[in-house]
Order: sequence, then C-alpha cells, then structure tokens
Amino acid sequence: MRFLFKTSYGQELGLFRDSVQRNWYVALLGALIVLPRVLPDYTGDISLVFIYGVCGLSLMVLAGYTGLVSLGHAAFLGIGAYAHVFFAHDLGLPWVVSVALACVITAAAGVVVGLPALRMTGVYLTIATLAFALIIQEVFARWDRVTGGLKGKPVDKPALFGVSFASELAFYFLCLAVLAGTLWLTANLLRSATGRAWVAIRDSEIAAQSMGVNLAVYKTMAFAYSAALMGIAGALFAHKIGFLAPDIFSVLLSIQLLLMVVVGGLGSLHGAVFGAVFVAILPVVISQARDSVPAFVAAALAPLGTGVSHGAFGMVERFVKQPGLEPGLLGLILVLFILFEPLGIYGRWAKIKLYFALFPLYKRATFRRQKAYMRSERLR
Amino acid sequence: MGTLDTVLQLVLNGLAVGCIYGLVALGFVLIYKATELVNFAQGDLLMLGAFVCYMFVVWYGVGYWAAFALAIAIVGLFGALLDATVLRRVIGQPQFAVVMLTIGLGAIFRSFASMTWGSEIYTLPTPFSAKATRLGGVTVSHEYVSIIVGTVVLCGVLYTFFTYTKVGVAMQAASQNQLAAYYMGIPVKRMFSLIWAISAGVAAIAGVLLAPVSLIDVNLGFIGLKAFAAAVLGGFGSIPGALVGGLTIGLIELFAGTYLPHGFKDVAAYVVLLLVLAVRPQGIFGAIGRKKV
Repeated sequence: MRFLFKTSYGQELGLFRDSVQRNWYVALLGALIVLPRVLPDYTGDISLVFIYGVCGLSLMVLAGYTGLVSLGHAAFLGIGAYAHVFFAHDLGLPWVVSVALACVITAAAGVVVGLPALRMTGVYLTIATLAFALIIQEVFARWDRVTGGLKGKPVDKPALFGVSFASELAFYFLCLAVLAGTLWLTANLLRSATGRAWVAIRDSEIAAQSMGVNLAVYKTMAFAYSAALMGIAGALFAHKIGFLAPDIFSVLLSIQLLLMVVVGGLGSLHGAVFGAVFVAILPVVISQARDSVPAFVAAALAPLGTGVSHGAFGMVERFVKQPGLEPGLLGLILVLFILFEPLGIYGRWAKIKLYFALFPLYKRATFRRQKAYMRSERLR
Repeated sequence: MGTLDTVLQLVLNGLAVGCIYGLVALGFVLIYKATELVNFAQGDLLMLGAFVCYMFVVWYGVGYWAAFALAIAIVGLFGALLDATVLRRVIGQPQFAVVMLTIGLGAIFRSFASMTWGSEIYTLPTPFSAKATRLGGVTVSHEYVSIIVGTVVLCGVLYTFFTYTKVGVAMQAASQNQLAAYYMGIPVKRMFSLIWAISAGVAAIAGVLLAPVSLIDVNLGFIGLKAFAAAVLGGFGSIPGALVGGLTIGLIELFAGTYLPHGFKDVAAYVVLLLVLAVRPQGIFGAIGRKKV
C-alpha cells in the first residue's frame, strides 16, 4: 500500500492525486488518440460512447451528486439536438455559436423544470421530470416549423471554423475533445464550493440548509448545468445519428440514460464513463450472443447425442431470436446491479483495487452497509 | 346531438377512463403508504393481468368470470412473491434505487409478456363487448358501465376490508408505524407481502376491466404513467385522493381531446400534473409540512 504525503498546498489543490495518477490519465488519453488506428471499423461506435459519456456526466451531476433523480433527460438531449440543428441549418449560424446557443436554451429549460422542482422532493420530482419529458416529446412532434414534426429532420455533418468534420475520424476527435473538456470542467466544478454544496444537498437537505447552503440556488444551478451538458451532448448526438425524429427522445431513452449512471456507479465521474461504455457495448454483445449462443449450447450438449443437441439448438435459437428479449435483458441487468452491486461498475473496480492495495488484509465488510433501516420521508 | 348530450357523454366516458387511472393509482398508493416504495411497474402488472385473463379466455376456453378470478389470483400471488423475493431487499435504500429497480422489473415483465403471448394486439371478448344502451342522446356503452361498477364495488370491498377485518386493521397499523405494529405482534413482513398482493390484484382487475375498451398489447402498461399523474394529483399517500385524482385526469383528458386542438389529449394529464405540482407540491390531498429533525 502506498502512502501519500502532501508537502504543499499545491498538491492538495491539484486535479490529480499524485503524478502516478496523472500519468495514467495522460496514457489513457494517448491510447484514445491512437485507438482509431487500431480499431478503424469501430470509430463511429466509439464516438457514440463519448457522446453517451457526456450524457452520463450530465445525469451524474444531477442524480449522483445532487441527488435529484430525473426521468426526463432525453427531453433535454432532444432540446439540445433540435435547437442546434435549427440554429446551424435553418438560421445558418456558425457551429460554435449554434452549440453555445443550444446550451443556453437547454440550460434555460433546465431552470424552468428546476424551479418548481425546488419545492418537490424525491419521487414527486422524478414524476414531474417524466411529465415534462412526455410533454416535450409531443412538442417535438407538433412544432413542425422548427422540428420538422413526425417527418423528422435530416442533419448535416459538422463544420467548425470552415473545417469540415465530415469524416468519422475527425468526428471522433471532436467528440473526444468535448468529453475531455466537459470531464475537466465537471471535475473542477465538483471540487469547488458549488460541488460540495451539491453533495451536501444529496446527503441531507436539512443539514445542508442548516449549514447555510441556499437550496434554491444550488438545486437550480445543478439543473441548469446538467441540462447544458445535455445540450452539448444533444448537438453531437444530432450529428451522430444524422436524422432527428421525435420518437428518438422517448421515455425509454431517459431510462437508458439513468441505467447508464446506475450501472456505472452513482456518485463518481468514472461511473459516468464506465456506464457509457457499458450501454454502448451491451447491444453489440447481445447481438453477438444471439448468433453464437445456440451453436455453443448445441456443442456443449453434443455428447448427449445429435437429437438432444439439435433440439436444444432449435429451442435456444428460437428463444434468443425473440425481439422482446433485449429490453428485458437490460431490465434484468438493472435489477441485478441494484440488488447486488448498488455502487455499480465503479464500486466493483474500487473493491478490486482495494483488494490488491491491502492484499492479505482485505475485509469484505469495508464496503458493507452497517445497518439498513427504513429512512422515512413521512412527516407524521 | 346537443351540447348537453355531448358533455354528458364525455363525462360518462371520462369517468370510466378515470376509474382505470384511479385503480392503478390506488395500487401505487397502497404500496407507498405501507412501504414507502414507489412501484413504477404497476402499469406492467396491469398488463400482465389483462394478458393472463386473455390467455384463459381465448386459449383455454375458460369462462370470463372464472378467468377474471384466476387472473386476479395469479397476479396477486405474483405480487406477493415479488415482494418476498426482490422488493423486501431494497427497503431502506435510497428512493432512487427503488425507482430504478421497479423500472427494471417493468422492462422484464414487458419482455416476458412479448415472449409468452407475442407482440400482436389482442381483443378480449367479454359479456359486455360491443353492447350499448341509448339513454336520451347519450350512448351508454356496457364496457364503460362495467368499469365504473367494477371500480365502485372494488372500492367498497377494499374499504370494508381495511376498516372491519382484523387483517385489514393490522395492515393499516403496519403502514402507519412498522415498529409499533411489530411490537403489537403483527407480522409486518407478511402484511407487506399481502399489501403487494392486493395492489397487484387491483392492477389485474384494472387490466381486465380496461381490456375490452383498449386493446391488449405489451405496451398497455404505459397507462401507468398517466396513473402517476392521478396519484400525484391526489397526494401520493391518500387512497380517496388517488381515486379523485384518477377521475379528474380521466375527465380532463376526454374534455381536452374534444375541445382543445389536436395533440392536447395525450399531454393534458401531464400539463395538469406539472401545474398542480408547481402550485401545491404535495398534491391536492397531501399533507404539507417539513420533516422534523
């Protein structure tokens, strides 16, 4: 186990714990820069992971750090996407200006949702954001002049300062830059007074208020910041999918975004990125498994005779080819994570790291909750 | 058809639709009052109820009433099992975990339904199907009447059960104060499972009543979203509130669909919900106050 001695305030204030950690992140960035050369076929998919990463970051700030659960983040993504496309295509504004305006508009929408949210707690807020998202989806479908209505709206490739980002490789680096930038911004924000106030609100609203945290200001700020991040992600998402239609931004997308933060690990920026990777990889794994599992089962049962193995092949194949299987599998993963690993992938990663750091002395109880009791939200 | 007749017709249909919302909302409220869990899978339990009844009636040729009873029993039992195996583990965890857990369960149920019964759209034949009586200028469809009568009867039964039976009173005690109830010798865990069973059974009843009006398909459960509006409107912890909220949402929806421009019908419930929450964050019937430290 390594012990850290800090000898100056500079070390205390640094973004990274020590030079080792910093070097690891620099190495990771380097790896991501050469990644498209290694996996040229997956460049487009990996840029989608980066976009999901920004979405995860946005929801992590709100749900993971401020404790406000939103089931309406697909609406913010949609507002960002439609606003950006409207400004960049219909009004012909430059890309950067258009994205900035999209951010401002989504942040304003965030404030509009956040303001009534100040007076609501827990599940009321979740349901209010859900209602907001359903209304916004209807607006996307009806406001033909701006959104193209149900017919949808095509999106061009991005061009910054006259440089076209039409190729997948260029778009990859654009998304990477945005993700790195937003990560850096969020990490800094979270260790400032604002971030600490958010965490205080998450842990106990009443305690935070007693310590002088202005709930109204900080909750609205969390909503606005989260929505603004979603706005950037929406702009990139629009370019990525190339075509906007109202039913993309459905409740299911909101749920998928929440799944991302839960599976990744609530309350950690790593978790947002892990979750994004997970959500992006999962469909690929499922479709791979659909092709290979029946043959695998048949091979495993081969010693029992061809009849059994053929029968099993047919049965398993019919089962895995069911169209309804995938959402159920997502649901199952969600349920298993909540029941058995509430801290998500990041929690598992932290446990494994601690196991090796403390090698022979690791105790499982380190991460176990001392006491699970019912925390009542009732007033009487 | 005069204006008055139109209004009366809308009121009748709105009340019928509202009864369904009210029943689903009732399911939310029963569980929330007892365990402080919010069950996002309530709509999907409704869907399961409708499918189970459909399966018995159409696949196995069981009579409508027997299939109705079987659907209630099976879904109710399933609710109790769900509580005993899964949901009991998350009591005391943050609200967020419960929301995500039940959303995940809902997805599993939908997936299960589409794999078992297929993703086509079905109609459930009932004794009331496609029959109507004309009263003056108003067409009284028997399906709607069955919904309203069913809801009234169910409310009466539930009211009697919770007020006059020993188990019902024990359940009330368990949901008011777990610890005190436990000290009085009430098996709190079993009571909670029973409440889940009742709540799931109510959802199944709503599903079977709804089935002839709205067709059965895997996404029937999304009606749960509107029932949320109903439950919140009534202030999540109040049983009469849930029913009143449901009726309100049903009426608003039908009137908005007729008198407001196209597209308002689907979102009217949510607009009202947001307005109510902005003005009265605890719902119309909810208790106002702050948590004491």
